[in-house]
Amino acid sequence: VSTHGRTKLNTVVPLPFVTPGTAAFWEGGAQGKLLISRCSNCSWWIHPPGPICPNCRSRDVLPTPASGKGAVYSYTIAVHQFHPAFPTPYVFGVVALEEQENLRIYGILRHVSPDDVYIGLPVQIAFRRVDRIYLMEFLPTGGGQHES
Amino acid sequence: MRAEDAAIIAGIAQSKVSRGVPTDPLQLTVDSCLRAIQDAGLEPGAIDGISAQPGLVLELPGMSPVQIGDLRDALGLTLTWFTAAREGPGHLISIVNACAAIAAGLATNVLCFRTVAESSGRLGRAAGVTTTSSTTLLGREQYYVPLGGSSAANLAAVLTRRYMFEYGLTREQLALVPISQRHNAALNPNAIYQDPLDLDTYMHARTISSPLCLYDCDVPIDGSVAFVVSQRQRQFDLGHPAIGIAGIGCALRDANSWTQRRDFLSMGANDSAAMMWGRTSLKPADLDFAQLYDGFSIFPILWMESLGLVGRGEAGAYLEDGRHRLSGRLPMNTSGGQLSAGRLHGLGLLYEACVQLRDEAGKRQLVGAEVGVVATGGGPDGGCLLLTRGSSN
Repeated sequence: VSTHGRTKLNTVVPLPFVTPGTAAFWEGGAQGKLLISRCSNCSWWIHPPGPICPNCRSRDVLPTPASGKGAVYSYTIAVHQFHPAFPTPYVFGVVALEEQENLRIYGILRHVSPDDVYIGLPVQIAFRRVDRIYLMEFLPTGGGQHES
Repeated sequence: MRAEDAAIIAGIAQSKVSRGVPTDPLQLTVDSCLRAIQDAGLEPGAIDGISAQPGLVLELPGMSPVQIGDLRDALGLTLTWFTAAREGPGHLISIVNACAAIAAGLATNVLCFRTVAESSGRLGRAAGVTTTSSTTLLGREQYYVPLGGSSAANLAAVLTRRYMFEYGLTREQLALVPISQRHNAALNPNAIYQDPLDLDTYMHARTISSPLCLYDCDVPIDGSVAFVVSQRQRQFDLGHPAIGIAGIGCALRDANSWTQRRDFLSMGANDSAAMMWGRTSLKPADLDFAQLYDGFSIFPILWMESLGLVGRGEAGAYLEDGRHRLSGRLPMNTSGGQLSAGRLHGLGLLYEACVQLRDEAGKRQLVGAEVGVVATGGGPDGGCLLLTRGSSN
């Protein structure tokens, strides 16, 4: 891990290769929004983003602001450091968003200690900017502050 | 013709496995392949197909370092068909593809191999940095690696925690997977770890990603395993029992994702297990053993339930009853599995299944092993094969 500050550190985070199909999801944080693809025909939330609804096969799919609110569905305390960009320990989890049963997003859980995290903990999204990409993180509801 | 009815596993071989010793992956591959060809009663000139999974992987040193073309050129083979499947329902797709090619008449004797150099491949790299070296990601990896899921260990840990939450599985119960497998490994001269593992050692081991500790994670090694899949009519020409294939599972019925499946804990295992049982008249009660993918100790538990060996959520009690042990009603991972014998990415489990069905497993040989299942993969990737001693399809 670099000692030359955040910019250098950020460059080693492996990042998505953003395509026109995934740009809304990865760059929506610039507007403070979690943009998830949604079917205009049957209202199904589609993640990862795709050009067609797998539920009704409508092509009328648009990036749509989601609440960013949900609950911790499961989590782990990452102890062994697998990647230099992710110093351990940290709390990593999957969050079930309130919009749809299977709409779940991974992210690091900030501002909650390993001893305090639990399944069902209400959380809201935050974004961590790396280059032009806004990575999803989660904070306990009410204790959130924007990180960039 | 069904792929299952066209083919047998005619020859098998596995190299010695090692840790921390520089090896030449192509040398390992040639050694295991020549032995498998000889075991199948063939000369190299009779091999007309090669099937691999996943093929050469550049971004993960040692994960799959041998290209099909390297092997063809080394052995000077004359091929009518070859392929490597980077995407597919788990590691066994190389065998499935070989059966399908034989059924379709594109090849007659197909060499299938899996070589790893994940121990020596890491020498000289930063300690502990074992994950992808890619800096830009496409496909499903982009939805976990940049978000903190650096390793499959993190994803498996999240899965394990959810299972514990829903069904009350304890760490003491989970420990029975690696502890029993270590017991089996003591009877396997080619296992990496053969010393006994007790509960106290397990409970005090360092955490990798909670609730998973060191002993819940499989062991990177160098090694190679090879198989020859032949036309079924060769089954009586071998000098040893042919391995028949009674059912193939290679399905995907829900999202290709660790998070978006409607049933979070079901994995791709569910899809392939249902397909496999739908292609045979055999039942779970007919099994003499199960070789279940154990990249992490939660996976055999989920496979047990997907295959219907135990009811959903009941694996903890099943393990406490010892039914999975070598002396139990349905022995599991009889070689020590990847947790103790070393990670050959699922194909080591297939090798052990064949060894048991051929009555060649030495001190860990099961009496009267005639039907077994091998099932590999975790998360959305999962595939399985129902195997028999001899082919009576």
